[in-house]
Amino acid sequence: MTQAMPLQGPTLTVAEEERSARISLFRRLLKNPSGLVAMIFLALIVLSAILAGVITSADPNAASLQDVLAHASAAHPLGADSAGRDVLARLLYGSRFSLAGALVTLVVAAVIGVTSGLIAGYFGRWFDSVSSWVAGLVMALPGFVVLLAARAVLGPSMWLAMGIFGVLISPAFFRLVYASVSAVRNELYVDAARVSGLSDARIIARHIFTVVRAPIIIQAAMITGIAIAIQAGLEFLGLGDTNVPSWGSMLNDGFANIYKNPTLLLWPALAIALTSVALTLLANAMRDELERSSGSKKRRGATKRAQVLVEHELVVSHPDDARTEAALGEELLRITDLAVGYDQADGSVTTVVNDVSLVVRRGEVHGLIGESGSGKTQTAWSILRLLPDGGRVVGGSIFFEGKDLAKASEKEMTALRGKKIAYIPQEPMSNLDASFTIGSQLVEPMRVCLGLSKKEATARALQLLARVGIPNPERTFTAYPHEVSGGMAQRVLIAGAVSCNPDLLIADEPTTALDVTVQAEVLDLLRELQSELTMGVVLVTHNFGVVADLCDRVSVMRNGRIVETGPVRTIFAQPEHPYTQSLFEAILEDGDAREPLQDTPSVETIVLETIGKGASK
Amino acid sequence: MTDVLLDITNVVVDYPIKGFRKEPFRALKGVSLDIRPGETVGLVGESGSGKTTLGRAVLGLAPVTSGSILYRGKDIAHLSRGERLALSSEIQVVFQDPYTSLNPSLTIEQILVEPLTVRKVSQRDASKRVRDLLDQVGLPTSAADRLPREFSGGQRQRIAIARALALEPRLIVCDEPVSALDLSTQARVLELFKEIQERTGVAYLFVSHDLAVVRSLSHRVAVMYHGEIVEWGDADQVTARPEHPYTQRLFLAAPVPDPVRQEQRRADRQRLLAVQAEQNLQAGVL
Repeated sequence: MTQAMPLQGPTLTVAEEERSARISLFRRLLKNPSGLVAMIFLALIVLSAILAGVITSADPNAASLQDVLAHASAAHPLGADSAGRDVLARLLYGSRFSLAGALVTLVVAAVIGVTSGLIAGYFGRWFDSVSSWVAGLVMALPGFVVLLAARAVLGPSMWLAMGIFGVLISPAFFRLVYASVSAVRNELYVDAARVSGLSDARIIARHIFTVVRAPIIIQAAMITGIAIAIQAGLEFLGLGDTNVPSWGSMLNDGFANIYKNPTLLLWPALAIALTSVALTLLANAMRDELERSSGSKKRRGATKRAQVLVEHELVVSHPDDARTEAALGEELLRITDLAVGYDQADGSVTTVVNDVSLVVRRGEVHGLIGESGSGKTQTAWSILRLLPDGGRVVGGSIFFEGKDLAKASEKEMTALRGKKIAYIPQEPMSNLDASFTIGSQLVEPMRVCLGLSKKEATARALQLLARVGIPNPERTFTAYPHEVSGGMAQRVLIAGAVSCNPDLLIADEPTTALDVTVQAEVLDLLRELQSELTMGVVLVTHNFGVVADLCDRVSVMRNGRIVETGPVRTIFAQPEHPYTQSLFEAILEDGDAREPLQDTPSVETIVLETIGKGASK
Repeated sequence: MTDVLLDITNVVVDYPIKGFRKEPFRALKGVSLDIRPGETVGLVGESGSGKTTLGRAVLGLAPVTSGSILYRGKDIAHLSRGERLALSSEIQVVFQDPYTSLNPSLTIEQILVEPLTVRKVSQRDASKRVRDLLDQVGLPTSAADRLPREFSGGQRQRIAIARALALEPRLIVCDEPVSALDLSTQARVLELFKEIQERTGVAYLFVSHDLAVVRSLSHRVAVMYHGEIVEWGDADQVTARPEHPYTQRLFLAAPVPDPVRQEQRRADRQRLLAVQAEQNLQAGVL
């Protein structure tokens, strides 16, 4: 409920992007400059490989003694090599074998890696352990050494070498597919498909493969590039098949004659380098296009700030009753006409909080209640000035102890946060750092805020842990966050929040993630601490029960505005705004339980009833 | 006596713990329950109580170690994939999280057609059925061509319900289907559940942590605690006059949306906790 605002605009564009992604990745790649260049280049290479026989009439393997190391001429447009073979023909036919060799590697690697990754990731169990172990083993093998050994045993076959390299590099696919599949395997929609009776093969094809498809394509382009380089490397060392023209063997020949004719080296080197670069660029472009939806939106500079017009709407405001009048102290926080907005890519501002005014006094628990997207959390965050990126206060003022927080500098805010204004989050677990002990996370802020020595801070932390009802403070102090339950973690965060005796506490759905019985205990704790420290509390919640339990006054929010505000008892007894009334109507607590299911009436009873009705008429 | 649709007897579910010779984790410790046709059985409990596991065991998604789950007299605790397939038109599911229970890259029509294609329904009949389903859950037919992300949580849950209804099941396992929804959306979706039940006579196994939600929809309610059912009976009795100490604690822990009554309930709860602590102490002494 507290995720970043579901802004209407971006949600739609993202959805459109996703849809267009399905229509054509290809078309989008054409719009990506580097992707376009890479694709054109690769298309040329492939075309020239296919049409080698048409482009040149020379035989790539025909040696001619007159033409040894010949320079460029009409007969040999790019010259001839040390055996008098035509360089252009060898380059063109070579691309055939280089690409085909890379293709062999790719197919072998993909077939082995993707299949085993899918099986291991989806079915798990023993195949998972065995295949992960094998993948680790294969990755640990020194690839080049294995290829050399294979050549020694199996002979100089380029196809075999590339096939073996495919096996060696298959873990790259395996690990990728395995990781994505095991992430998807436990998604609820996969469970739902299982319950619908879909076969495993169908679930994999339909639900799993769509997720891993994109990374596989990207990885394929990368691996083809690597395969071309490895193949060239093998042949450069003279380990290839001498009967087959290829870029690597040309490189070898060119290197041997580097002083006699340096251009011999240039052509194959260019071909290898450019092809590899093109493949990498293509892979990058594909990744950019496929993953663009995950936010590369450009943000406008903060200098160009659009103005926001705030329209006032009538707020139903109830006067304080005797109860709140008596209990509350001096004014702590006064928010006037607050507006919070998010900068959009086109320079406009989407406001999520509008015209919000509220006052929190010392000793008061002020509830902010509303449904998701009502702006209650945004209001709370703007008090702390902890709005997510792109969000800012665009209008109004937030006065706290005579200072306008809306205009305060970041340094002034840092001095206030934690010390004067504390915060309790919704998700206790994600707000504790998993890599530090709970103790150190409590002690550190106290040393900074209160200037205590380490020993004093430790003593106070233990005291606080005991105060918030943790049964064994010493053990919790040395524990890591994952070793305690959610309820305990929330108690720890509450201890941390009150550690510096704040005047104002912002609690953002502090009990939403907790079980009901734990929630009751945490509410009790909050009430006790609040009266003990006479803090002002802003309590954000969507639960009317929590408001009834803890709050003195409450403001009901909808669409970023407060629609009704007043003492809790008044609002619960006589809600006036239609929206507040509709919320109260949706509450289930007071409804009747359903009657136990009656036995299906037999024909007899139906007949009897009909007779009865007839008789009564 | 009406016949029983689902009869769960002494079901035990163990989850293996990773590591050599580790004791498995026992999520259900012998649970028994029955559901009659057209009935809603509510299953309440806190996180880790095993309520979700019981639902998954019925669906064949959790490994049943021992005990039996009889669906219309036939044991479905250990079915092969093929036998499950035959059962899929009888038992369906609606999950808690409307954000992950729909595949984000498929359109609503594709999602709804999926269970139908398994049944070899023709393409034309299928898309007619999709429109019909959308209509049943109160969504416009234009929704068919859109992606799940274009819908709000409540609308997505309606789509999930439509998917569950596609095969006209007799039992739907509902795993916290409204707990991710806003209050007013929640009320409307519960209303939809009720209306569908009245129209089609489907039975629900309704899993939730919220007593009020369970009370509003269930005919009978079972309360789970640490993998066991601690209280089981008519909805009104269990949710308004609970007998088991745990259910009593659970009942009093939920805050009432009324400041005056909540103050009373808070006091009641503290008194109950004191009494129960006293009893535990005495039980410990004895």
